Amino acid sequence: MGEMNNGDRKDPVLVVVQLSGGNDFMNTVIPYSSGIYHDVRPLVGIAQDRVLPIDDELAFHPSAGPLRDLYQAGDVAIVQGVGYENSSRSHFRAMDIWHTCEPNAIATEGWLAKVIREIDPAGENPLTGVSFGRGLPRAMAAPGVTATSVGNLDNYGLMTGSEREQERERRLDAFKRIYSPAAGTGVVMDYLAQTGQDVLRGADMISVAPQRYSSNVEYADNPIARSLRDVARVHTAGLGTRIFYTQHGGYDHHAQEVPVHARLLADLSGAITDFMDDLRAHDAADEVAILVFTEFGRRIQDNGSGTDHGSGGGAFIIGENVEGGLYSQYPSIERRDWLNDEDMRHTIDFRGVYGTLLEQWMGIEPAGIVGGDFEQISPFRLSHAGA
Amino acid sequence: MHTSGVRQPQLAHLLRRAGFGASREDLARYDGRTYGEVVEELLNPGTVAFPYDDILSRYLPHTTAAADNTVEWNAQWMFRMVNSPRPLEEKMALFWHHVFATGWTKSEHTPTMVAQIQMFRNVGLGNLRTILLELSRDPAMIYWLDNCENHAGSINENYGRELLELFSMGIGNYTESDIKSVARAFTGWTFEQPMPLYPYGHYGSRFVFRPEDHDCGEKTFLGHSGNLDGGDVIEIIVSQRSTARFIARHLYNFFVADEPQVPSWSMEPPGDPAAIDVLVSAYEESDADMRSVMRTLLNSDFFKAATHRRVKSPAEYVAGVLKLSGRFRLPEPDIEETEATMSAMGQRLMDPPTVEGWHTGREWIDGGTLTERVNYAVDMVSDPDGPGIRSAVESIAASGRALSPGEFVDIASEMSGHVGLSPRTRKELIELAGADGDLTFSTGPEAERSKARIREMMAMIVAAREYQFA
Repeated sequence: MGEMNNGDRKDPVLVVVQLSGGNDFMNTVIPYSSGIYHDVRPLVGIAQDRVLPIDDELAFHPSAGPLRDLYQAGDVAIVQGVGYENSSRSHFRAMDIWHTCEPNAIATEGWLAKVIREIDPAGENPLTGVSFGRGLPRAMAAPGVTATSVGNLDNYGLMTGSEREQERERRLDAFKRIYSPAAGTGVVMDYLAQTGQDVLRGADMISVAPQRYSSNVEYADNPIARSLRDVARVHTAGLGTRIFYTQHGGYDHHAQEVPVHARLLADLSGAITDFMDDLRAHDAADEVAILVFTEFGRRIQDNGSGTDHGSGGGAFIIGENVEGGLYSQYPSIERRDWLNDEDMRHTIDFRGVYGTLLEQWMGIEPAGIVGGDFEQISPFRLSHAGA
Repeated sequence: MHTSGVRQPQLAHLLRRAGFGASREDLARYDGRTYGEVVEELLNPGTVAFPYDDILSRYLPHTTAAADNTVEWNAQWMFRMVNSPRPLEEKMALFWHHVFATGWTKSEHTPTMVAQIQMFRNVGLGNLRTILLELSRDPAMIYWLDNCENHAGSINENYGRELLELFSMGIGNYTESDIKSVARAFTGWTFEQPMPLYPYGHYGSRFVFRPEDHDCGEKTFLGHSGNLDGGDVIEIIVSQRSTARFIARHLYNFFVADEPQVPSWSMEPPGDPAAIDVLVSAYEESDADMRSVMRTLLNSDFFKAATHRRVKSPAEYVAGVLKLSGRFRLPEPDIEETEATMSAMGQRLMDPPTVEGWHTGREWIDGGTLTERVNYAVDMVSDPDGPGIRSAVESIAASGRALSPGEFVDIASEMSGHVGLSPRTRKELIELAGADGDLTFSTGPEAERSKARIREMMAMIVAAREYQFA
């Protein structure tokens, strides 16, 4: 891999962290000095003396200490009020909209799949896009695009239930033979052969990652920490992956929000800082930007136990080349400004956030991917674009 | 005489499509009967009861009316797919669920979803007018497409539009003004919750018609004018040629061969227009009787010839693997894992992504889902404790006769559900088998080794591309 200098720069990498269920942005970045906040959230509201202040108005949730430290180091851009017109309150539909950038129709191509196609049009590297978790997210799926979906990096690929290594080898050899493309067997048979061969190739390549990796960083034992450690293991192995995808579930806190949200934010922010430390220790942080997003924010008023599905969430862009700070505007929580008398109004379209990352970080023209021109922000100190 | 009966590979094909595959016992049950007789029995299961309700309530005790657990209901449906003695009834329920795709996600109300699927079982082979009428009165559908928000003087077009576009006629066969008339005709069709949600939990809902909220004015729909009600609208819909064609195409796509995705049907012609014409005639001659249309379909030459023309959906795939392995002849608790298995393959039952349903055919397959499918099938089939696998292995071993590699591959693919290997795959497998010589059973250790080889061969057969097809 090339040394980092102006003439020979490493290719930019995007790590997407999806918070599934609808993260409560208003309790993640808290308008703590507003009396309205404490009035409308008698149960889930966080007391003023417990928050971690950013400035006179906003503060991090008390469990997000590591994220606040990263923010103070200047590595975190907080993107406030992210959403889109007529925000969907259905988890699935909302996630679909975020994944396909298509709020008004059912689309078949994920935005990151289009990015993968742009980077690797011939599909030469099955690891250009790698997702951790069971099943490929829609964002990375499109006809003709290869992306690798890893359930368990230490035991990834086909025939993983084999009891002995020898048995697995034999099965993989058989699989390779019965999935060899043969002329004249039909379009779908050919497609299956191609997909099977891609899986074999991706699994072969990725199997070196756990062997090559060693680190002094000790990640916590929770799902998002394990996922980000997997990202670090594959990224530091230098396999040419440009898009990583991970998911952190459990944010649908209609009930029991106070304890559950605190634990999730602690896990998330701890995992992100460990991940950044790990990358730095491997001299592999400079080329990485992280996007943390969720499908929607939650209702302004709490429901006596948690909060229901709402709109106007927030996102984070994190990395060494990020110009830390607050971007876009925090949605007004004055009652007269509530959307439909209950929700936060978005102040920036999510497609503008994607566009920012594509154009200013990945060096890719965004309009064809996000479906138009949307207002961007400028969260990077130094862009990798056009490298 | 045995030879007058249906050939086993053809029977296996029929039961994969009109059911969820066949265990060796299933195949034996139809032994000696003609193909047409088997079709009649599938179409008319008569009083053969689903005998497991009591067992289900004991093994999966949370699946009572009050429970709101989609995981258990998914598992319960999977159990029915694997074990029901009325397989076509179960398959029709899945068919209508694909067409009238209703999602749990919006309501998060499981009992109404479960009731909708039961309704599909009850009327799925009946007349289309009955099916559409029941659908229009179904609380899960009413909530899913907002007909409870469709009021006299303030219409909500959602259900009216989708009834025409996705559930019966297909786009391009009516006007925006027709949609408004349909919406007006269904005003006042809503549901009520007999028990309050709190503190009782999620109990079923029931249809109610509220005459005071019904628009009794003059409406015009497809040239028919009058004080049309929902029932009148359905009567008009069912008599349209476009409906006959649209439903025929759905049936063809689900039971015969993969078609392009539904939204493109107004542009893309059918893969086999003559087959669609045959189904349209059957529809019109029977006045929209689905049992008659299905009889024509299952007995047709185009159906019999259509092997390897459809990619299995995850539900079909998992059910087929379970039938082969013989697992879950009783609903042991780990059957609940099938919900996560199907989800990882891209299909969570009772929770389709949108009202357009799932994208089918090759779109079921990507690197992630193919990995899930192959690993699942290989793991289930190579488990020596699976009763179906054990009985297959023992029956091959019982003859005691040595088998050449070619004979070995052929009998293993027959035992795996008459998979129908392509010459290329068959050749590769014979070569692999040949490396270990003939399959022999002369000594105890030899027989044990051979049994392990049979399981391994069956595992490779279900890993093959051919097994991805229904």
